[in-house]
Amino acid sequence: MEEGVKVVGFWPSPYSQKVIWALKQKGVAYDYIEEDLSNKSQLLMKSNPVYKKIPVLLHGGKPIAESSVILEYIEETWPQNPLLPKEAYERASARFWIQFGAEKGPTFGSLFTSTAGEEQDKAAKDALEVLKILEEQGLGNNKFFGGDSINLVDLALGWLAHWFQCIEELVEIKLIEPTTLPRLHAWVENFNQVPVIHENLPDKKRLLAHMKSIREMSISAK
Amino acid sequence: MEEEHNKVTLHGVLNSTFTKRVEFALKVKGIPYEFVVENLTNKSPLLLKYNPVHKKVPVLVHNAKPICESLIILEYIDEAWKNGAKLLPKDSYIRAQVRFWISYIQQQMFEAMTLVVSTDGETQEKAIKELYEKFEVLEKGMKDLFPNGTFDGKNVGFLDIIMCSVFGPYKVQEQVLGIKVIDQERNPIIFSWVTALNELPLVKEITPPHEELVAVLQTFRNFSLNLAMLDHLIAIKVCVLCSSC
Repeated sequence: MEEGVKVVGFWPSPYSQKVIWALKQKGVAYDYIEEDLSNKSQLLMKSNPVYKKIPVLLHGGKPIAESSVILEYIEETWPQNPLLPKEAYERASARFWIQFGAEKGPTFGSLFTSTAGEEQDKAAKDALEVLKILEEQGLGNNKFFGGDSINLVDLALGWLAHWFQCIEELVEIKLIEPTTLPRLHAWVENFNQVPVIHENLPDKKRLLAHMKSIREMSISAK
Repeated sequence: MEEEHNKVTLHGVLNSTFTKRVEFALKVKGIPYEFVVENLTNKSPLLLKYNPVHKKVPVLVHNAKPICESLIILEYIDEAWKNGAKLLPKDSYIRAQVRFWISYIQQQMFEAMTLVVSTDGETQEKAIKELYEKFEVLEKGMKDLFPNGTFDGKNVGFLDIIMCSVFGPYKVQEQVLGIKVIDQERNPIIFSWVTALNELPLVKEITPPHEELVAVLQTFRNFSLNLAMLDHLIAIKVCVLCSSC
């Protein structure tokens, strides 16, 4: 049996979900600890003193923070069902798209907290541009970003297949549609059908309610 | 063609910390390369072809294939050239911690320093305070991660390269800003680490003269402050025109 693996996470967070997906895809057993972010635990404060954020992976009691760092660690420590290509250039390419997705977070954040009008039109336009780049240059004609099967890029962008639909519903703008982004739209469907993903998604209704309250709080704080 | 097959070309600019890190890594690994100076105000068709998403430097071209984004290039260099010293530690847990701190330096500290350089007045004071706080965090982090010492004076790794590229030019920043950036008393580990790195012949080889870097940083600061002034002036003008205000 592996030295104990623990994941400290938060159920609506796509960051903690990607760690779970990676562990499940590799068949690694772990204990999950749900964190109450309004009342952070001693474990979290001790395991991630720099950011005090989830997710944190603990392996044999040793903590690793930052989801992108955690995913690389998981890939290296449990090489079965590889989630990164073997070849150096292809690995660099995968890391490029993971980084691209991470950097564009604020673009989608702006859309999420926007209200109807010029601000929202611009936010939607910017988001669509990013999605187009992902579709044309990232995904290309592949079923998944990882090719025939999912890899770390799919996991890193996986929030687009579930959380983004909540954003679309809340701002009442649909961006990922079969007419505008056919390949990305197909990817969303395919990604959600992968067993490990399908069985490990937060409840849509509960997530929508949670994101709605976050959105309302952000808007009133502006 | 065999010559093309192993050819390494680095597209970059001369005074950029991002290009410098790639040069440093190539030299540490002993990889011969050709340097192509790009004009960022008039980007070459080749650069746009190699980096269509970001249109930025540095770009490393190896076997006619482009790799973009400096940190990704460094990982690539470590993985593609298996002979010689590794840039990342062998132990996977320490490797994860190194990746964590590289991310912290890049996302938290580099951003904080850019804010200090590009602002003045109260905004700058607040930015300086935050920068110093982050230095404390990094100092403690390095003390905990490397209880037996950081840099041994010889073996350069990924983290050394990033420390050097981000903090190496601290004297340039101190001269332009008129403030202490790395305090020897408050951050002794970072101070001695950066000092040791700056002494390396390889680093001296790729670092432009001090006065040149001061001029570049001063220009960047002036430009940023003028931009801020321009935004402010535009805001005032709008306010004056809007009689309902």
